Amino acid sequence: MTAPSEDIPVTADADAAARAPAAAGTPRLSVENLRILTAPRRGRPDADVVDEISFTVQPGQVLGLVGESGSGKTTVALALLGYFKRGLRLGGGKVLVDGQDVLALPEHELAKLRGRTIAYVPQDPASALNPVLKVGTQLREVFTVHGGDPGRLDEVLAEAGLEDPAPILAAYPHQLSGGQQQRVALAMAFACRPRLIVLDEPTTGLDVTTQRRVLDTVRGLCRTYQVAAVYISHDLAVVAEIADEVAVLYAGRLIEVGRAREVFASPAHPYTRGLMRAVPVLESTYELHGMAGSPPRPGSRPRGCFFQPRCEFAVAECELRQPDLVTVSPTGHAARCVRAAEVVALSGTAILAGERAEPASDEPVLTISGVSVSYTDKPVLRDVNLVVAARQSVAIVGTSGSGKTTLARCVVGLHKDWTGTITFAGQELAPGVRRRSQDQLRRIQFVSQNPYSSLNPRQTVGQIVGAPLAHFHKLGNRQHRQRIDDALTSVALRASFAARYPDELSGGERQRVALARALVVDPDLLVCDEVTSALDVSVQAAIVELLLRLQAERGLALLFITHNLPLVRSIADDVTVISAGQVCERGSVTQVLTAPSHDYTRQLLADVPAFERD
Amino acid sequence: MARRPEAFAVLGRAVRTPRGAVGLAIGGAVVLVAVIGPALAPYSSTEFVTKPFARASAVALLGGDTLGRDVLSRTLDGGWELLLMAAVATALGVAAGALIGVVAAYFGGWIDNVLMRAVDVILAFPQLVFALLLVSILGPKIWLIVLAVAISHAPQVARVTRAASLDITERDFVKAMQILGIPGRRIIRRDVLPNLTSVLMVEVGLRLTYSILVIAGLSFLGFGLQPPAASWGLMINENRVGLIANPWGVLMPAILIALLTIGVNTFTDAVARASLGVGGRSTEPDPLVGLAVEGVSA
Repeated sequence: MTAPSEDIPVTADADAAARAPAAAGTPRLSVENLRILTAPRRGRPDADVVDEISFTVQPGQVLGLVGESGSGKTTVALALLGYFKRGLRLGGGKVLVDGQDVLALPEHELAKLRGRTIAYVPQDPASALNPVLKVGTQLREVFTVHGGDPGRLDEVLAEAGLEDPAPILAAYPHQLSGGQQQRVALAMAFACRPRLIVLDEPTTGLDVTTQRRVLDTVRGLCRTYQVAAVYISHDLAVVAEIADEVAVLYAGRLIEVGRAREVFASPAHPYTRGLMRAVPVLESTYELHGMAGSPPRPGSRPRGCFFQPRCEFAVAECELRQPDLVTVSPTGHAARCVRAAEVVALSGTAILAGERAEPASDEPVLTISGVSVSYTDKPVLRDVNLVVAARQSVAIVGTSGSGKTTLARCVVGLHKDWTGTITFAGQELAPGVRRRSQDQLRRIQFVSQNPYSSLNPRQTVGQIVGAPLAHFHKLGNRQHRQRIDDALTSVALRASFAARYPDELSGGERQRVALARALVVDPDLLVCDEVTSALDVSVQAAIVELLLRLQAERGLALLFITHNLPLVRSIADDVTVISAGQVCERGSVTQVLTAPSHDYTRQLLADVPAFERD
Repeated sequence: MARRPEAFAVLGRAVRTPRGAVGLAIGGAVVLVAVIGPALAPYSSTEFVTKPFARASAVALLGGDTLGRDVLSRTLDGGWELLLMAAVATALGVAAGALIGVVAAYFGGWIDNVLMRAVDVILAFPQLVFALLLVSILGPKIWLIVLAVAISHAPQVARVTRAASLDITERDFVKAMQILGIPGRRIIRRDVLPNLTSVLMVEVGLRLTYSILVIAGLSFLGFGLQPPAASWGLMINENRVGLIANPWGVLMPAILIALLTIGVNTFTDAVARASLGVGGRSTEPDPLVGLAVEGVSA
């Protein structure tokens, strides 16, 4: 084992040195032809969940493993620890950590390895820490189990960015913030100086500022202690920030590997290219492009290239066989595509898209003036002012807890204990739903964040979309059904979806159904509360595309609530930034995002992960 | 495409588990005895066939009871009343309890407080004591017993339903209906109650078990069908003095009551497991489905 070089400072020099191609020396982690299958079940042949997974990670380097829901990234991550989820089993291949095959070890040897040689940082630190034990007790346990000097406790916490360890050690997990919890999880993972660390979307639940700090910590620790890291994420920008190398997973196959900067600057696989076109970017206004279709599930994958049915570059050859990895650059950038060379050449121009046309200012549809909300004594919103004009799209941006969702709930009438005035189409809105007129209720519609809880699982899509229609318009049977069909068609779903139940739909399809339910009664204002935050980027892009099209077609006004700043660029005309219940900045998107006047906005913008940093 | 209603789907899954099949077989057999028994009885239940506590013989297959009536005939005749009363009491109790629970959860605030405090007051009485209290004040009328048992069930059902409804009413699809201005009772009917199907099915099973025990107990104590009518609970009471001379007079009704409760309870257990997706092959989480949604909880 290489002795950890604890005296390497995290300076720019060390940074640069670590980023240089680590050609010399054996890789710390080497995965060879990993194949994981579903366990055989009655009446179904076993299918491979992931196959032909091979990659290496050098000491001190971070590999970003990118993929959307269902691509198999968590399956691969857990296999690095020799662990398989229930219903899955190893089909072949090796996971070598410093030359030792993890998958060949018996369970008791593995147990010794986990935590000491290979550490894992889970997605949700809150559920990974024991709620009834103090943080200190849990951290000490790591040393007791794996051996080590418990006196290093403070040092370990300091490394993870927790400068004042005493109160942290004495606290129970729930007394810490999400960021602190994740740092404790990081401290735990790095405590025994592991040789490999696997991070499974460790920043997903965190706001951008906290995320930035956690990312910096991870990178710093990996460099300092020459730990190899595998960082799993669906967020391309985050991976671009932290990773030296990138591996893109699609339908259980690595479809592109290479140096992070190269892969993101000139993707060689049509899927990666598609993902890049779906990611909103801060620097300029891009039109987002969703990808048609959805990834094939294990067991029902197409012949030939798995991406071919969704691929705009597909040729006859793609249907015949799985393409091999084609190397497109001397640094090892490779993609599993027969037209990789062409795709690389294309990407530079194709990703850019036209500026979002700003609609002419119109008379205001929604005017919020002096709205304040308090829960008991705590102010949630303080004197908020906001105007949405007809056909205009206004974004409200803030981190979690800023009060942005409360504002949305005031507008739609779910929250009724507010002061101030909200005027809609010239009339003042009563606080609660019950005192608003049918017409007002119909003209303001709401789409909520989580498509997994916004649809009644016991009703068909037809019943769900039909509910508002039946409430506001007493239509004949045929007309009723026609309106539902129209609404489904307008959100790009087939009319036959009306007979389906929500559990038969994907996340994107569910969110389309929720949109159809809002649109079926022809609203003037659509309030969207984080409507894309539960979705994959390619699906998010498709929903944004759809929203913009609908807005143009129907002359909708949009109030778009989000924490995702780059997304604002693609969807909104005006933006209002909220922090701690107060508006700190308001203006056109271009103005606020390129020349922010408030410190809070500047901080937010600086913390957003980006593809290019220097 | 049409889909089986949740209730049938869960019942179907429950029956296909060993636990559910056994429970249904035991409970079903007893129900069958009680329902078609009166038609099979060799004698009238009030006819004097033999001597008091006569041993089993060719004339009376299970011997005679305290007055020399045929134990077999009285056993076959004495179950339907218990079953019917238990079923009605359960239906009333669960319906009332579910309504109270879902209304309290949905509307919250003072409505919740008033309803749930009232529920607490009734909960303070043990079930059997509460029923005895009502019956001894107002007299042993059948409808009163059914009502008393139903009332004693309602609070427990209300508590369970309220807890389950609180989870449902916080979901976004309920909010989506609320902001349309759709009245609460319609949202409860169309959006909340259908999502409580499994919970209520388990409650029905549990409450049925309790109903059978409480009503049989009341009958044993003399509140129920009055002599000379046949009733399992009453039979145990009447014949216990002759337990040595002819044990069948006590054993038969006791065994049947025991089997009935065991059967119902076992089947309910299977239903509960089926609705939770615990145990049972067919409800094992599909690994592929799990994969498809793995990133979603983020």
